[in-house]
Amino acid sequence: MSDLISQNLNMIFKTPKGEKVHALKDLNFTLKKGELLTVLGPSGCGKTTLLNITAGFIRPTSGSITLNNKEIDGPGVERGMVFQQGALFEWLTVAENVNFGLRMKKEDPIKTSKRVDEWLEIVGLKGFGNTPTYQLSGGMQQRVALARCLINDPDLILMDEPLGALDALTREKMQSLVLKIWKETGKTIILITHSVEEALLLGERLYVMAPRPGRIHKEYNLPFASMGLEEDLREIKKNKDFSAKREEILEMIWNMEEEIMGKEI
Amino acid sequence: MLTQIVTFLIFFAVIGCILYGRRLIRTEKVDAVFGNPERALGGTHWVIVGSSFLLLIWLYYSWDIAKGFYPKSANELCQVAKVNDSLLGLKYQFPIEERELKSTSQIKKENKNLKKISIEIQNSEDLNNQQKIILINFINKTNQLIPLLTNVDLLENETKQKIDGITGKINFLTENFQKPDYPFETEQELSERLKAVGEEGGWGITKVNAGSGTIENTIEVPLVPATDRGLKFHVAAQELNLISKEFFKLRNHNPEFKSKIKELKESIKVYRKDLNDNEEVASSYAKNIVKIARRIEFASIYPPNALNKMQNAIIKFDEAQLQAQGGLRFIDIFLFPAGTIIASGPSCSEQGSGRWLPKPSDTFKKFVLMSKPSVGYKDIPLLWIKMVDVSTWIGFILPDWIADVLPGQYPVHTKDGIVKQNFKGAVLKVVTGDFKLLKIPVPYGHIWDSFMRVFLGLVFGIIIGVPLGLFMGLNRFAKGFFDPLIELYRPVPPLAWAPLIISVLGIDNTGKVFLLFMVSLSIMIISARAGASGTQLSKIHAAHSLGASKKQILRYVIFPNSLPEILTGIRVAVGMCWGTLVAAEFLAGTTGIGFVENVAKKYFQYEVIWITIFIMGMLGLLFDVTLRKIIDKTIPWRGKG
Repeated sequence: MSDLISQNLNMIFKTPKGEKVHALKDLNFTLKKGELLTVLGPSGCGKTTLLNITAGFIRPTSGSITLNNKEIDGPGVERGMVFQQGALFEWLTVAENVNFGLRMKKEDPIKTSKRVDEWLEIVGLKGFGNTPTYQLSGGMQQRVALARCLINDPDLILMDEPLGALDALTREKMQSLVLKIWKETGKTIILITHSVEEALLLGERLYVMAPRPGRIHKEYNLPFASMGLEEDLREIKKNKDFSAKREEILEMIWNMEEEIMGKEI
Repeated sequence: MLTQIVTFLIFFAVIGCILYGRRLIRTEKVDAVFGNPERALGGTHWVIVGSSFLLLIWLYYSWDIAKGFYPKSANELCQVAKVNDSLLGLKYQFPIEERELKSTSQIKKENKNLKKISIEIQNSEDLNNQQKIILINFINKTNQLIPLLTNVDLLENETKQKIDGITGKINFLTENFQKPDYPFETEQELSERLKAVGEEGGWGITKVNAGSGTIENTIEVPLVPATDRGLKFHVAAQELNLISKEFFKLRNHNPEFKSKIKELKESIKVYRKDLNDNEEVASSYAKNIVKIARRIEFASIYPPNALNKMQNAIIKFDEAQLQAQGGLRFIDIFLFPAGTIIASGPSCSEQGSGRWLPKPSDTFKKFVLMSKPSVGYKDIPLLWIKMVDVSTWIGFILPDWIADVLPGQYPVHTKDGIVKQNFKGAVLKVVTGDFKLLKIPVPYGHIWDSFMRVFLGLVFGIIIGVPLGLFMGLNRFAKGFFDPLIELYRPVPPLAWAPLIISVLGIDNTGKVFLLFMVSLSIMIISARAGASGTQLSKIHAAHSLGASKKQILRYVIFPNSLPEILTGIRVAVGMCWGTLVAAEFLAGTTGIGFVENVAKKYFQYEVIWITIFIMGMLGLLFDVTLRKIIDKTIPWRGKG
């Protein structure tokens, strides 16, 4: 069993004023190996908190989360993370960035350089190895971040709005890349996004989360990710089923937002 | 020679560059408001014009152009100044440079003084009426002395004749002065004078005291007249001195005045003698009145028109000497701006901008001279190399106790007075550096010493400040614990620490290096702290989930991420250290570039002061440019992350 299992996960933050904020409440879910989960929700619903707990950067207030039957109690190599802005090390070149994880493990640099080249080819950055990262465009930087994460061969890949800062065209290309990598490597992926379309396109499963307290509002099982492996993504977007789902989820999120606003007023 | 060439070069460069610039304007783009939209670029030709103007102003106001084109003008102006100096006393007697006759202003002044005393006496509470009456009487008698001097009828014939004699001498001098061959110098006198001129040297020559290897002050202006025109003025000045002496010896004292003043003095003397001890106030008033009477006695007060002829003679001579100056006057006006050559007593000196603004040519010559290792400054060269045996350092590094802990005893001399070396003694020689290995060249001198102080202070500051700063940027305890310490000493100007540190650690290198260490430490801590605490959390998270340990994150993420701040901190620290060092060397020390400037200040060696200023500027610039190059090379990602 190499599943990600969350049981009664609770996360309560205290604000400096002493108020308690229930970021996550009684979260229960199971993610099987090789599944691609997208998480969607209005801001403040605890998406990033969930990801940070899974990555091990913060500890839940109560409940447990296990990967491969092991309790998550800190960051680890088996859970790779891709950040919104890439979080690349700008003092290193592309190849050095990708190599970072292997270097930390003190692996033989001659062997690792070959793997770095392989991964650069997979993400479409062949020949960019010696380029400083600050000379890359946003999309290329995210490719480096992906390769840097994947070269460590993690069981679970966590993506925190990885395509949020990209322009529409680059975004579409990167979405295909994510699907391609998912298919080729068979990794378990959790991807957080703001975009309903992206969540529908990429998610094999989709959680729509609701805020205050953060919880899973609705769960979908979607066919579009598998379709996307063969079809053009734009064709899928024209699909009637796709549009219906999109409208449904949008409506749902709108209602949630209105509810929050109403409460505030 | 050099000055002339440079001056001409500047002229042509300025004209050429301006013409080039005008021509370029025609081909440039034009924008509606400020013309060329690429105005921020400047241009080499305008840089040349700017620096040429700067050099030209320096050349002009330091009177180097005068020296270059008219090297003898200072000597001639010195002779003219001598005449002016001799003439000044006589001139002041008349409304030539002043508004009133000297006699008039003296009378006015003493009348005022007498009036003031009389009012004081009348209002005094310490004097009784009888005293007041006596003192006022003295004042009136003193006042009555003045008409005795100013009455033409009382002027004695002898005095008249003497005044006429002086007038005649001045007129004779004027007559002679206008003759072309005045002062009728003989062959022998000429050769003696030229010999003296040769011995004295030129304007602003530099003398090197060969024995101690120090630079002496320059002789500003040569005294002995080198030209015929100069000689004329020189001799006239000497004659005028005699005439003026004669005049000031002359007293306008007629018998009546003499008897009156004698009477007054006697009566005051008697009055003061008879006063009791408790009547001090009256005594001091009486004393003041006598003082005024004495001033009137020696004031050379004459009847209103008695000196008219002499006044005319002086004016005539003045006109004659002005005419004789000829072109020299224009040189004085145009090439000696903001001052001129002034004679006072036996010497001539530059007074004005030429005094404190050294001539570029002199400065350059002196700099070349000072750069010679055999000259240097205060027996130490500016920057040179000496051979040092490697053994000195070995002895310095190896601790002496190595020999002490060896078994056995150090050698003791035998009864024959012979010392036999043993193993322990030999080891001691090695650890104390008392042996010969090979000599290697090591730089030393004032510049090197200053540089090493900055370098060492900076290195210690970096070694301690960077790790501490990183630690403080990452750890709340460290931040809280060390913050008060740093924030307490950092806001104090470094120079305020200098007297304390120098008196505790000594005026030598230790104190200065420690002071600079303090300066650089706070800067390095603050910059490293800012770098560390500014590391984005996502980068640390990324490294963490890529499997980096805490140590590795520190070494491979936080440190490189802080490098831009650290390097900027080093650049700031170098500037601060450099400024502090020079001031610290002012305070105390025996070497260093600041020390040189401080000593030069004491002896008014303006050239040396300017040379040290120049060296400091160049070194500061060198440091900054080097660091900027290093920064550009090491952190090309700065500001792009």
